[in-house]
Amino acid sequence: MIEYVIYAFLAINIIFNLLGSFSLHRFPDVYTRLHGATKCTTFGTIFAVLAVVTHALYRLKVTGDPKYLQMALHSGVALVALLLTNPTGAHAIAKAAHLSGVKPAKAVIDAYEEKLRGEAQ
Amino acid sequence: MSFIIVFMWSFVLWLVLTAGTKGMLWSAEELVAGVVFSLIVGYATRNIIGEKADRFLSPSKWVGFVVYSLGPLFWGMTKANLDVAYRVITGKIKPGIVRVPVDLDNDAQYTILSNSITLTPGTLTIDACPEEKALYVHWIYVRDEYPESSEPISGSFEKWARRLGR
Repeated sequence: MIEYVIYAFLAINIIFNLLGSFSLHRFPDVYTRLHGATKCTTFGTIFAVLAVVTHALYRLKVTGDPKYLQMALHSGVALVALLLTNPTGAHAIAKAAHLSGVKPAKAVIDAYEEKLRGEAQ
Repeated sequence: MSFIIVFMWSFVLWLVLTAGTKGMLWSAEELVAGVVFSLIVGYATRNIIGEKADRFLSPSKWVGFVVYSLGPLFWGMTKANLDVAYRVITGKIKPGIVRVPVDLDNDAQYTILSNSITLTPGTLTIDACPEEKALYVHWIYVRDEYPESSEPISGSFEKWARRLGR
């Protein structure tokens, strides 16, 4: 029974990570690719960690071996670290790209460019 | 004050990472090493955390963060992920950078709101400008070119950020 829960988590993980990788091919520029490459993979990775934690807690209950407790806790800490660093990194890449002159492709509006131009004048 | 808080949180993180070294609990060597390293980290960062560090001690904030990240944030991520998955498959995008006026007071609130916006797929904070009370957000499908508030971008996140970062 518990195996099916783990398989379901892993399936969600693989689907979203696949879509994230696929978006690198589909999207036109750095900003839209960041959406796919960082966010979809984060959501997939949440479910990968959930699968590991479920497996570890189940094995802990069956065997009582403390190494499974370590496995669950370490995966949880890795998830928290990922959730804290991922938006910061994406933001830094996007801002650096914009400041070094990469224009958003197919953009209908670029309010940040207008602001920068207004400050330059 | 900030020294004690950093020490406490470093030690809690150490305890989480080293649980299970003696049965389900901790061996004495791990506890001593944890105290030593937490003291080093607390001393090294005592001037970085700032004077409003006591907000890390209030239990209502901890509960608020847990409720926020499991409730509105996770639900928002799920909805937005399905939306971006649809856009990856069909290729229907209409990207743009919009200026989002927000009503926040301090840096912690800006950090929480812009990180939540960035963590939600489809929206990506390019820059936060506290002096003009606005965020610049790259939106993968622009529904409103001049939004009046953060409501169309992030739903209820601004309300939560105002409460949690106070």
